[in-house]
Amino acid sequence: MTNPRDLKYTKEHEWARIEGNRVTVGITHYAQEALGDVVFVELPGVGDKIIEGEAFGTVESVKSVSDLYAPVSGEVVEVNDNVLDSPETVNTDPYGAAWMIVVEIADPTEVDKLLSAEQYEEFLAEQD
Amino acid sequence: MTEQLVFELSKPGRRCLELPACDVPKAELSSLLPPGMLRDEIKGMPEVSEIDVVRHFTRLSKLNHGVDNGFYPLGSCTMKYNPKVNEDAARLPGFARIHPYQPEELAQGALELMYKTQEFLAEIGGMDGISLQPAAGAHGEYTGMIIIRAYHESKGEQRTKVIVPDSAHGTNPATAALCGYQVVQVKSDARGGVDVEALRQAMSGDVAALMLTNPNTLGLFDENITEIADLVHGGGGLLYYDGANANAIMGIARPGDMGFDVVHFNLHKTFSTPHGGGGPGSGPVGVKGFLEPFLPKPVVGFKEGKYFLDYDRPQSIGKVRSFYGNFGVVVKAYAYMIALGGAGLKAVSEHAVLNANYLMHKLKKDYHLPYGRICKHEFVITSRNQKGKGVHTLDIAKRLLDFGYHPPTIYFPLIVEEAMMIEPTETESRETLDEFIATMERIAREVEQNPELVWEAPHNTPVGRPDEAAAARKPVLSYLFCE
Repeated sequence: MTNPRDLKYTKEHEWARIEGNRVTVGITHYAQEALGDVVFVELPGVGDKIIEGEAFGTVESVKSVSDLYAPVSGEVVEVNDNVLDSPETVNTDPYGAAWMIVVEIADPTEVDKLLSAEQYEEFLAEQD
Repeated sequence: MTEQLVFELSKPGRRCLELPACDVPKAELSSLLPPGMLRDEIKGMPEVSEIDVVRHFTRLSKLNHGVDNGFYPLGSCTMKYNPKVNEDAARLPGFARIHPYQPEELAQGALELMYKTQEFLAEIGGMDGISLQPAAGAHGEYTGMIIIRAYHESKGEQRTKVIVPDSAHGTNPATAALCGYQVVQVKSDARGGVDVEALRQAMSGDVAALMLTNPNTLGLFDENITEIADLVHGGGGLLYYDGANANAIMGIARPGDMGFDVVHFNLHKTFSTPHGGGGPGSGPVGVKGFLEPFLPKPVVGFKEGKYFLDYDRPQSIGKVRSFYGNFGVVVKAYAYMIALGGAGLKAVSEHAVLNANYLMHKLKKDYHLPYGRICKHEFVITSRNQKGKGVHTLDIAKRLLDFGYHPPTIYFPLIVEEAMMIEPTETESRETLDEFIATMERIAREVEQNPELVWEAPHNTPVGRPDEAAAARKPVLSYLFCE
């Protein structure tokens, strides 16, 4: 699976869709594949503040539990309840149905630090 | 063949016992007890004969794997042999039949054993005071961190953060969070130790403690430990030693000398008491002198020729366990320490490290070794060399079941992709290690020649691959009766 070109990425394997000051966040195809079957997702609530680089939730697979790291700082304005109820969507549709939260960002320049799809794929190639 | 559930063995009217006729007037239970204390009738209790029950559980017990029936190289868990003489000692009537409320003058032997265990553990850890109360390793961590919190509070400081390396046992960040701290993770460096620069950046006046396992979960001794300790102490923080891996250093290096202020030991790992279903555990906590006032009370003291339970500790964090901890486990650990002596305990560490290095050296021919330096009591390899054939660590672990092994710890530590964490312990012979090596070599060849065999493993167990994802997503935790 290729990583959508219109998204931004982190080295912690989150993706971010930037639309004005609203940023939708999920985890990448690479991340879901490395995790294996996802069985539980824990997300913050609407109104919570998240801080770039810090954990904002967890994702648990049959193998392990991993933190989700915030690609940007801001306030959570939407949470995807479907992914909480059906964590398997993280495996089946990581860039679509398994979006996790929408954040309203305070500092729009923060997104400049994120990787493009090409940069993220280069990073993955270095890891192998 | 899979074993049926005991409910499925049930036949109406079949039973194990016959009660004698009632010789007192019968009364309705509802006339004797208030409604809130009455339980609804339990439907569907299995109806089976005594021999059905005995055979059912005997068959199940044969499906178990324990260190008494095979090699069990479960990294970080120290599945060493548990000498049977320990059980003998714990069953001596003076220990087994003692009552926790027995007067001190009638419990001098038990108190002496506890006092001496405290002294032994203090000497091994380089600590000044010990509490035997915590009932398990994570309980010890919790107790230790509450002591650290009490210490900072006694100085009027409200520190909010605890630093944990990314190679830590999951219980470390969980403990810190449970104690109300914000967890700050620091990365490991290229040699597998704490990244000292990252630690320097993370240090601040808010840091209450660093929690560290040394050797760490990669089985590597942190060479910078004294620098790390100076860094944390320089910022007013304390150092917590997770004793999960003490089997590698016992009698050779002491956490107290490395700069640690608080340690916990796992008697059920390092000191050979049973665990993993057998248990229970025991996680004594040791502290440096300045933290002694905060230890849980009571601790066992000795004054004017008598042992006593010292409750007069105004700064104590209180009790963390009913009575005095898992006393029977302490007896077994004491028996182990007495049997081996100082020289024997040191030899334990030496052989644990030697066995691990022997295995590592042999296995690295077929399996990827991410950190190549000399290991301590365990090491981490991966299935990277097998990835091209589509075989993952899980498949190799499942294949090991076919050869009668308990697989190593897999997918941990989290910083190593497709990790297999192998800890042979000191109690395994050269022959056992060589057999395991031969099996791992055989599996590596199977991956090359016939990967399907490994994907589809295990072939010889009553249950093949349970659907772990479904089990975790939609667990069925009780038997569903058909009405």
